[in-house]
Amino acid sequence: MNDNRSGATTVDVYLPEYLRRASAGLRDAALSRRRFIKISGFVGGGLVLGLSLGTERVAAQQHNGHGAGPSREVEFAPNPYVQIKPDGTIVLFAKNPDVGQGVKTALPMIVAEELDAEWSRVRVEQAPISMELYGPQFAGGSTSIPMNYNTLRRAGAVARAMLVAAAAERLGVPAEELTTDAGFVVHAASNRRIGYGELAEAAAALPVPDPASVKLKDRKDFKLLGKRVTGVDNFKVVTGQPMFGIDQRVPGMLYATFTKAPAIGARVSSANLDHVKSLPGVKAAFLIEKKGNAIEFNPSSDAVSSGVAIVADSTWSAFKAKRELRVEWDESDASRDSWSEAVAEARRLAQSAPQSTLRDSGDVDAAFASADRTVEAFYTYPYVAHADLEPQNCTVWCKPDGTAEIWAPTQTPQAAVEAVAKFLGVPQSNVTLHQLRGGGGFGRRLANDSVVEAAAISKRVGAPVKVQWTREDDFAFDYYRPGGFHAFKAAIANGKLAAWQDHFITFTRGGGMPATSANLSPDEFPARSVPNARILQSMIPSKMPTGPWRAPGSNAIAFAIQCFLHECAVAAGRDHVEFLLEVMATTPPPQQAGPGGFGMPGLNPERAAGVIRLAAEKAGWGRKLPEGRGLGLAFHFSHQGHFAEVAEVSVDADRRVTVHKVWVAGDIGPIVNLSGAENQVQGSVIDGFSTAMGLEITFEKGRVQQRNFDGYPLLRMTQAPEVEVHFVDSDYPPTGVGEPALPPAAPAICNAIYAASGHRVRTLPLTREGFKV
Amino acid sequence: MRLKVNGRTHELGDIDPTTPLLWVLRDTLGLVGTKYGCGIGACSACTVHVNGTPVQSCQLPVQSLEGQEITTIEGLAGPDGTLHPVQQAWIDEDVAQCGYCQAGQIMSAVALLNRTPKPTDGDIENAMSRHLCRCGTYNRIRKAIHVAAGMIERTGSEA
Repeated sequence: MNDNRSGATTVDVYLPEYLRRASAGLRDAALSRRRFIKISGFVGGGLVLGLSLGTERVAAQQHNGHGAGPSREVEFAPNPYVQIKPDGTIVLFAKNPDVGQGVKTALPMIVAEELDAEWSRVRVEQAPISMELYGPQFAGGSTSIPMNYNTLRRAGAVARAMLVAAAAERLGVPAEELTTDAGFVVHAASNRRIGYGELAEAAAALPVPDPASVKLKDRKDFKLLGKRVTGVDNFKVVTGQPMFGIDQRVPGMLYATFTKAPAIGARVSSANLDHVKSLPGVKAAFLIEKKGNAIEFNPSSDAVSSGVAIVADSTWSAFKAKRELRVEWDESDASRDSWSEAVAEARRLAQSAPQSTLRDSGDVDAAFASADRTVEAFYTYPYVAHADLEPQNCTVWCKPDGTAEIWAPTQTPQAAVEAVAKFLGVPQSNVTLHQLRGGGGFGRRLANDSVVEAAAISKRVGAPVKVQWTREDDFAFDYYRPGGFHAFKAAIANGKLAAWQDHFITFTRGGGMPATSANLSPDEFPARSVPNARILQSMIPSKMPTGPWRAPGSNAIAFAIQCFLHECAVAAGRDHVEFLLEVMATTPPPQQAGPGGFGMPGLNPERAAGVIRLAAEKAGWGRKLPEGRGLGLAFHFSHQGHFAEVAEVSVDADRRVTVHKVWVAGDIGPIVNLSGAENQVQGSVIDGFSTAMGLEITFEKGRVQQRNFDGYPLLRMTQAPEVEVHFVDSDYPPTGVGEPALPPAAPAICNAIYAASGHRVRTLPLTREGFKV
Repeated sequence: MRLKVNGRTHELGDIDPTTPLLWVLRDTLGLVGTKYGCGIGACSACTVHVNGTPVQSCQLPVQSLEGQEITTIEGLAGPDGTLHPVQQAWIDEDVAQCGYCQAGQIMSAVALLNRTPKPTDGDIENAMSRHLCRCGTYNRIRKAIHVAAGMIERTGSEA
């Protein structure tokens, strides 16, 4: 078996690399390596963080050794996450980028819990980018919580222990007699309380204890974790203060557009640069040569596409000039890909011998020979775009002395530094990145292509430059979620699933490997759960750029697999919940590093069964519904999260679909911020429905056909279902929730469409099968 | 030309008169709370008020706005910094995920409540369906508008 695995055994290559670094000791290294060296005597100014020019205090500057200076106050900063000022202000540093997934609130909450800080007095700041101080800093794979939970708890607990020790000294009582409460150390016996701020100076003078030695709270004593907390940046959001990448302004900054070829991979032959340079507000216009291969997804790549830069005195001058730009493109190396031809090719491949066998366990042929029934179906899903509402942008200043500053709404800031340093041929220490909020990420901002473009243009013009993509650029130059096809065949014997075969047809950019995010694990559910399972693979060569899109792989695989499993249940004459639980019951215990676990344990059948039962119960599974209305179920495990969803859907005679409500049951261990977690789940379900309903990226002659939101109809409020969220209160380690609630949404809705109408959806988006909202 | 934004008059000098209001706000005046999403009037992230009416600022050449009263997200709170009930409800209900579309959403919600102090779900959907939220915060937006309507009713404050 497994004679020719797809090469990548997890869905994406970028996360395993980060996780490898993490498991090599960085997971808790941010604390242990620093040995909690005290940082005291902070001063403002100097190194500048983000948008608040000159106003933010910078944790890194002391460590960089160039922030020293006279200090009027002694601050207690036992580690890079906590700073307590004598006035009682507590500053907590959020290490990872926030692109809407809420970690800027959730990560500091973990510190605050163990610190026993009064949350309303906590100020959260975005941490500087430093592998040495913080270990890996990125927003991807729903990993912020699982990778940082223990470190952050210890960061808070160490600070608390030192404050208690300082109070014990001051009060002349044993530390054991002291407790903490909302920013105070309390000596109940003598009814005395001392605020953390008053203890800051004394605590700063104490030795920092070994983080492994401090006592952590019992979960039952948590006061903050698990509660609903509003996002720390919400005030800025509702008052329109600068915070996003696009909001960045730097003195002397110029505004640029970068125009690439409509056909993916084409190069500039010539352009009407003289005319463009004569246009109002235009400061410069020039060609940029192709470097490396920017079509290949790689966060730390310094590749840049061939194109035309227009640099102007305002965004509008640049955009207006771009309209008058005329370019001759050399398309000799360009993509000629066609989605409609790919669909035809996939159907042909499905009828042919597979190119490789990823799995062949048990005796599949014998199982089919003795089956009561076989079920066959062909599933199709399209390419889709990330469509972050904030179009890609980045501000870079390549200075004459060989240093560079980056202001970027990136999901991978450390990779962005690496990319720009490589591009400029300077050491990474020459490059400073200011992390800005991203107006949506969904995986798009894992790539730093716009960062390298901004560096290329800034270097050429010798000034700070903001590169602003138009919405049209954003649709035309994405790393798309790849489309794919599954030719399924299943054997039913005695009402049970006896054999499972999936001939997966995907895309390759060469080298015998599927394109990024276009692979299927040989262990993907239910392959290990069925006694006889075969996974086959054929690939279609393609030059279209692909990359991780929220719940990579899972976001599409779950639709095909969970709908086909429902087909099997129907063919077996079985109730779907009962059938799914039966498959779960024959699933072996979790694998280390199984599919969907991102380097962590794989699907746990008990947790899976728990959420399936819970979703069914909450939705009133089995209840009688009027004609044209039905319930549909789906389950998927990804990113360490077990999620089951039930959708209630009606379909009218014109195939108009209404999703009335979706019940979600999730098991991600203890919840950090309940409000944020529920928001992520609700958004994931709406994203899943939106994408399944009407979104697709098609291409002909290598050109993407969708140009703006008028051709890419994201769901609007009128069509959004109610989403009821239930979390299992489990004792497993807490894991992330930016992604795993998305994959089951589409199959739950499609299975409900079958229940409501008898129509089996096998092609997405639903509009392709004549459905509408 | 002159432009009146949030009660303050700005002299724009020799600006290109075809410049959309959006880019005048963002690049010329530094009021970056109003967001660029699509440039074709499809997403409404750029919504501001002109004489109290919500409009898509990416579609409005600045030359058409001389003498008009423009309000942006930055001008919504009171002079003493008191948040508008809609802003407060957005915080209380923790509406935002990425937050990028929310300034536009809030501007439309405020205009709705000025017209219709006690909106039904249908009123809300009619007023808000021109907005896109990529994160899918629609249910919280709907709820926050109801909450804001309740706050305004209780305090009798001018929305």
